[in-house]
Amino acid sequence: MTDENYRGKWLLVFFGFTNCPDVCPTALNEIAQIMENLGEKAAKVQPLFITVDPERDTPERMAEFVSAFDPRITGLTGTLEQIKASTKSFKVYYAKEVQKGAPDGYTMEHTASLYLIDPKGRFVRPYSYNATIEEISDDLWERLQG
Amino acid sequence: MKKFAIVTLAVTLITIVGTSFAQEAARLGDLVIEQPWARASIGTNRPAAAYLTIRNEGTKDDILLAASTPMSGMAEVHTMSMKDGVMSMGPAGPVEIPAGGKVLLAPGGLHIMMMKLKKALIKGKSVEITLSFKRSGKITVTAPIYGPGATRPE
Repeated sequence: MTDENYRGKWLLVFFGFTNCPDVCPTALNEIAQIMENLGEKAAKVQPLFITVDPERDTPERMAEFVSAFDPRITGLTGTLEQIKASTKSFKVYYAKEVQKGAPDGYTMEHTASLYLIDPKGRFVRPYSYNATIEEISDDLWERLQG
Repeated sequence: MKKFAIVTLAVTLITIVGTSFAQEAARLGDLVIEQPWARASIGTNRPAAAYLTIRNEGTKDDILLAASTPMSGMAEVHTMSMKDGVMSMGPAGPVEIPAGGKVLLAPGGLHIMMMKLKKALIKGKSVEITLSFKRSGKITVTAPIYGPGATRPE
């Protein structure tokens, strides 16, 4: 799986993990709302949720998680090396954090931005964690006019 | 006439909202626990989160020491921190509830992290959450469960 699988579509990419009950569901819910705001134009956008915790996040777990938010979101996982390569290409930082009491004794810290890739596979911009649904929807709407 | 109808509707809405707030607020000494709610869990093998607001109407600070729920084998108050765009989450430790102030547990910040779920949290149902405070003692509130990506009480 590479970004070439999605050529022709705008990609909205978020990194996270399914054992995260607070920020990741919030982000996926935002992506679902952005897709709603885009109406028919949403057909040109493919949201991707890529795990930074491939040891726990099997394809089944990813599918179960993303489908709770919007069936249009695709959840991606892979080997540790694949995830490392993928986060590196986005300059996304992530690390395992040992935490007594957390499920399996660890949690993940990770960059919580959303990234936009154009239909030719070129990186366009990140949206910061603080960007609102309206700001992101408006920005995308403008770009999808063409 | 039309204007009047709108005003009436607005008053009715305010009344309904006011009533539901009143039902959701629980009092424990000087503390008022408002609008508890939880997110539906996705299955049982991932943690779930619950949120609420704690208001301290007294003149002395209090401290939230712990949270628990029969739905989970282990619950903790967690906090989310953001540094240079990197998000990290972990136990918040004791949370001070300042005299005359309020503390919000809301998405993207403090939350009650329910781990080792015994049952899935299902949208439309509710979950009982017990909070333990240093001064005021314990209180159990009932939190309605909203969708897995809900961002605020409905």
